[in-house]
Amino acid sequence: MQSQAQTPPPQPAKTQPLADAIVQKFPGTTVEYVREKRLKVTTTPEKIKEVAFFVRDELGFDHISCVSGTDWIAKNEIEVIYFVGAVSKPGQEAIIVALAERSKRDEPSVPTLIEVWPGAEYHERETHEMLGVVFSGHPNLKNLLLPEDWNDIPPLRKDYISPGR
Amino acid sequence: MTVESEYNPDADRIMSVALGPQHPGAGHFRIQLWLDGDYVVKAEPDPGYVHRGEEKMSEYRNYIQNVPHLERPVILDSCGILFPYALAVDELMNNKIPRRGQYLQVIMAEINRIVSHMYFIAIYGIFVGHTTMITWAMGDRDFWIDTCDWFEKRMDEYEKIFFKNPIFLERSEGIGVLTKEDAIRLGATGTVLRASGVKHDIRRDEPYSAYPAFDFEVPSLTAGDCWARAYVALLEMRESVKIIRQAFKTIPPGPVRLKLGPQPRVPAGEVYARTEAARGEMSYHLISDGTPRPYRLKIGVPSFKNMIMIRELLKGVHVGDIPPVYWSQNFWPVEGDR
Repeated sequence: MQSQAQTPPPQPAKTQPLADAIVQKFPGTTVEYVREKRLKVTTTPEKIKEVAFFVRDELGFDHISCVSGTDWIAKNEIEVIYFVGAVSKPGQEAIIVALAERSKRDEPSVPTLIEVWPGAEYHERETHEMLGVVFSGHPNLKNLLLPEDWNDIPPLRKDYISPGR
Repeated sequence: MTVESEYNPDADRIMSVALGPQHPGAGHFRIQLWLDGDYVVKAEPDPGYVHRGEEKMSEYRNYIQNVPHLERPVILDSCGILFPYALAVDELMNNKIPRRGQYLQVIMAEINRIVSHMYFIAIYGIFVGHTTMITWAMGDRDFWIDTCDWFEKRMDEYEKIFFKNPIFLERSEGIGVLTKEDAIRLGATGTVLRASGVKHDIRRDEPYSAYPAFDFEVPSLTAGDCWARAYVALLEMRESVKIIRQAFKTIPPGPVRLKLGPQPRVPAGEVYARTEAARGEMSYHLISDGTPRPYRLKIGVPSFKNMIMIRELLKGVHVGDIPPVYWSQNFWPVEGDR
């Protein structure tokens, strides 16, 4: 973390080789940032499953940490990000790879990654109800945290105005 | 509701029952169960009864105003949920926290871990019919801070009366076994992950704040059953006492806070910060666009991450084993819902 005052000297970045490996294998992906323990790559919904399998099987990131989504209303896009960590590969426990994809805001549709990381099931379901992203191939996209009769636009979209905020 | 094809929902022998949200043990949470006699054939967690829209709320408040409401989902581990938020904002602002302040962060986080684990084993006690454990642990939560010595002795007594107690062993050993492979595959975290043989603790694997200065073990067990998931919490409390002792002995003098303006400006950027809270990995995905309020704040809470385990582990267990299987996930519905 950059914020630490007297932590031991930072280890040499182990994230750069990972980024290079992903870009070399999938030339279409963009590297958003490479930090000491964080790495973010963006790919397309068409490619994401291949990239995800590569990140899991070849690079060892076997543990889903979180799935997040962001409504980029100005760009008319919805971004879905998978944060994955490696719990069983020594030396990589500190690294989180963020695998992002962007979809059109009007009809956001991306493939589900349950096959790759089964733990993503409820995370994707939450992203679906909160941002309206349809995960094609997901077995159950019913509302999870929202009431089943929620009758409005997904609440984490930027044009949803929270009443009583 | 649909039932998986191998279980015919119309068959008279399959009964569908809701456990919660009014059930005193379930918390604000419902598990829809499909039972064949005494066996659970399918279970489906249904959270959301205490969803407050914390993530949306934080988009309307500035970085300081977000502090009080972010604590509320986990009142018993309030430092645990705030710690990664502080780390995320500090990282964006490039704040250098004074050393003494970092020590205080660690002390508070460890006290919260103990208090949260005590609540966990207290309720676990009542779930398996062990009334002594709830009265002891609940009472001790109020007193333990008096002295670490006293609490260490007390933990020996917990071990004798609860963890080695035949009633508890009978109700939890070999029940709801989560294998190491499944724990990783399903994204388990915290005590659940460590009870299944994965030695993963963010305090050790990605040390933050003052943690590199302390000497402690990461307890992990291999059984993966309900007993292991409880016992790993006791072992963790022992390590927490060790950390707190070291921190009190070696805390450096000096300032504890940074001087910032009344409304600190957070530069635009994106961070993913995580800590090891009492229940497991607590993570924040924070996007700042340079305005006084966060553009997006995603809270990744351990209870939500572990929820899928409830569904997977309840399959095929006896009705009587539902409470230990459910509660051994160290699940806190309010945290899961946010």
